[in-house]
Amino acid sequence: MTITTAPPSPPARRPLTSPGRAGWSDRAFRGVSLGCGLLVLVILGLIAVSTTREAWPAFSHDGLRFFTSKRWAPSADVFGSLPFVYGTVVTAIIALVLAVPVSVGIALFLSDVAPRRLRRPVSSLVDLLAAIPSVVYGLWGVIVLAPWISGVYDRISDVTSPVPFVSTLFAGPSTGRGLFTAGIILALMVTPIITSITREVFDTVPVTAKEAAYALGATRWEMLRAAVFPHSRAGMTGAVMLGLGRAMGETIAAALVIGSSPQITAHLFRSGDSMAAVIANEFGESGGVHRAALIGLGVELFALTIVVNVVARTIIARGRRNG
Amino acid sequence: MSTLLLGTVSPARRLRNRLATASIWLSVLVAAIPLAFVVTYLVRRGAGIVDWKFLTGDIPISSRLRGPGMGPAVLGTLLTTGAATAMAVPLGVLAAVYLNEYGKRGRLAGVIRFLSDVMAGVPSVVMGLFIYTVWVLRFGQTGFAGALALGCLMLPIVIRSAETALQLVPNELREASAALGARPSRTILTVVLPAALAGVVSGALLAVARAAGETAPLLFTIGTVTESNRHLFDGTNTSLSAQIFINARQPFEGAIDRAWGAALTLIVLVFVLTAVARLVARRFTVR
Repeated sequence: MTITTAPPSPPARRPLTSPGRAGWSDRAFRGVSLGCGLLVLVILGLIAVSTTREAWPAFSHDGLRFFTSKRWAPSADVFGSLPFVYGTVVTAIIALVLAVPVSVGIALFLSDVAPRRLRRPVSSLVDLLAAIPSVVYGLWGVIVLAPWISGVYDRISDVTSPVPFVSTLFAGPSTGRGLFTAGIILALMVTPIITSITREVFDTVPVTAKEAAYALGATRWEMLRAAVFPHSRAGMTGAVMLGLGRAMGETIAAALVIGSSPQITAHLFRSGDSMAAVIANEFGESGGVHRAALIGLGVELFALTIVVNVVARTIIARGRRNG
Repeated sequence: MSTLLLGTVSPARRLRNRLATASIWLSVLVAAIPLAFVVTYLVRRGAGIVDWKFLTGDIPISSRLRGPGMGPAVLGTLLTTGAATAMAVPLGVLAAVYLNEYGKRGRLAGVIRFLSDVMAGVPSVVMGLFIYTVWVLRFGQTGFAGALALGCLMLPIVIRSAETALQLVPNELREASAALGARPSRTILTVVLPAALAGVVSGALLAVARAAGETAPLLFTIGTVTESNRHLFDGTNTSLSAQIFINARQPFEGAIDRAWGAALTLIVLVFVLTAVARLVARRFTVR
């Protein structure tokens, strides 16, 4: 380390602790570092204030209907955000349904199941999933996945067509771009987040608890159920909430594969739209109230993700304190 | 340990254990398959396109045209990410210094720590809108505006990773420095930060890798160009990520090819940064 190899400084002429200039510089350094810390608060506050101000024309133009109306028609100057909220929530839920079991599985693999040799490669695999930029997932999704998966969707809708409720969800025809495809791509992106946090939580399970379970004759699965899961419930909930926040805010990949049609539909294989996606897709060609409405969607998204993240972080922090 | 006992375990329990173990292995496979597909497609579609001419040539004016050119995007990505790093890393490290060296377990430090975690969860598209409203509306679209948006995204990541690095510095070093008569600020600058350097650098590189791949914050802040723009504060710019997004939406083969080429270039850049970060972390934390 550098400290040990650094040449000894010449003996100081004046005591370093003398008051005056040195004391002042010390206080200044503390002040500057505090200022940098406070920057976080300032930025979060500024985001809320400045985006709300620019979105105000849309809020005053549509009033409460901005949040409750199902109709989004920029050409007719009608801006209701509900279809996008719906698409955001539905795609995020699909993503979680797909990603949570896989993420928990990988986390268990890394904490309790994996042979020592496999631990590092698998944890690199998770890092790789996280390192791929969202736009690259989007490009792959729209050019490779969507055309292929539309055939799979068609087959699923054929098979499920006699089943009453399920046939509505999986009704065709599909172009391959839609809510479900967006959910799949989002699942790929939230898997590393949920995995890394649940793994952190699993690692805090006391070894004594695990050994106690084994000593009572438990199989590994019974040990996981008796010792690991009860201990990790709070942390896992927090991790899932963080994944939810990330899935709701994910923009570019969703913008490419979601199909971009502002409708509320129960047909998961058909196209929809999400808040983040519509901002990315329409911002460039927008103006006036339309642009304000898009910024308004951003304000709504900001508020939603802040709530989700605050809840998630609170749960995780509490779990850590108790654990 | 469990294998020794399995002889006394009933078949039903043994089956359940087998099934659980199998599904845990399966979940790893489920995550690996799409990753393998994405990477192979990237290499297969991108490898034939990326060459020196592609990395340096101008972007065709019409996306119908075939042929190379992502030079302006390569330059734009380096420029905006570099400027964002120059802003976010010093500020983030100083904030981490406050959290770990001054604020410690205090209430204000707790609030800042909590809010920087929350800030890390703010969607990147919202950061883009934020910079659009406070900067672009007044000063126009420039590379610098994009750097501001990326910097906002990097800041919380840098803060938390730098704080972790500072926590790993043994307290004895601080005490030894204080015993020699050094003031807190001098201890931090000449003892604590150099000792934490590896962790700080690797955390910062991971933040850079994340920022280099971001698209949404750049869409509204840097505009687009087809010729290289070296000026950070003057005129619109572009980036690899933005070009992938723009070209992926075109129906033309030339545009799709350029999107794959840009994606491969971007991925290589991100992977190199990530690999260097891990190397730095591993190389220096072992000692």
